[in-house]
Amino acid sequence: MTEAVFYFFALAAVVSAAMCVLSRSPVSALIWLVQAMLALGAIFVLLQAQFIGIIQILVYAGAIMVLFLFIIMLLKLGRVETTDIRGPAGMAAALVVGGLIVAELGGLWFYTTPRIGREVRASAGNVLAMQAFEGGRAAQQDAAAHGVVGGIAAPLFQLYLVPFEITSLLLLAAIVGAVVLAKRRA
Amino acid sequence: MLLGPALGLSAVLFSLGVAGVVLRRNAIVLFMCVELMLNAVNLAFVAFAQVYGVGGYLMVFFVMTVAAAEAAVGLAIILAVFRHHQSIDLQNINLLHG
Repeated sequence: MTEAVFYFFALAAVVSAAMCVLSRSPVSALIWLVQAMLALGAIFVLLQAQFIGIIQILVYAGAIMVLFLFIIMLLKLGRVETTDIRGPAGMAAALVVGGLIVAELGGLWFYTTPRIGREVRASAGNVLAMQAFEGGRAAQQDAAAHGVVGGIAAPLFQLYLVPFEITSLLLLAAIVGAVVLAKRRA
Repeated sequence: MLLGPALGLSAVLFSLGVAGVVLRRNAIVLFMCVELMLNAVNLAFVAFAQVYGVGGYLMVFFVMTVAAAEAAVGLAIILAVFRHHQSIDLQNINLLHG
């Protein structure tokens, strides 16, 4: 049952992403991208990451995409007369590059949890990783012990405190940069 | 456990994003394709997190923050470019061609 739901949302995500790449109008490309992100949020929930799934919908599909929509609206790019998709050469290049990446990463499709466990055990002596890979249910166990949000919040404010603080600096820099860039009169 | 299919889906979405960056000339659609690639990477992080622990979820957090910052600055740059060129078609932005 879970697999059927997963493949349904996977198909939805792939079709929406393809339509996002291929649709001529920026607005419809954006709506297709939102649809792909909603499908990905559903997949996150299926993969035991409920909190990340909600954040994906709130922050990505909600906030960031609305930012894009605002810019499209401000610059009046909604109605396009000519297509911006490159000609046959561009199409061929996109097919080659995309196909190469799928060919390289497609082997990941056949990865299973026991196989990763075997490979980790064969390569390095990382005891913690071995324990985690053994059952293959680290996230599930963690959610059962600390709750869905608590299991993320505790390491975020303890083990990953410094990256978290750097993140706030990054956001500050982004705010300042955006204001400076957008306010300058050409 | 849907580890393998999730990683495969992540690969397909990432390559769709790359194909979009190669294919399109509209700067905003280009940005959307970059967001699609970031989303594909997030999916890989989440898929591994179900096996390896919550570290992957935190990486998704940081990726989302970087994506938000990138969108804010990138869209501001697009705004500035549009003011200068009256267009965001990458064909018209060729000052570096010499």
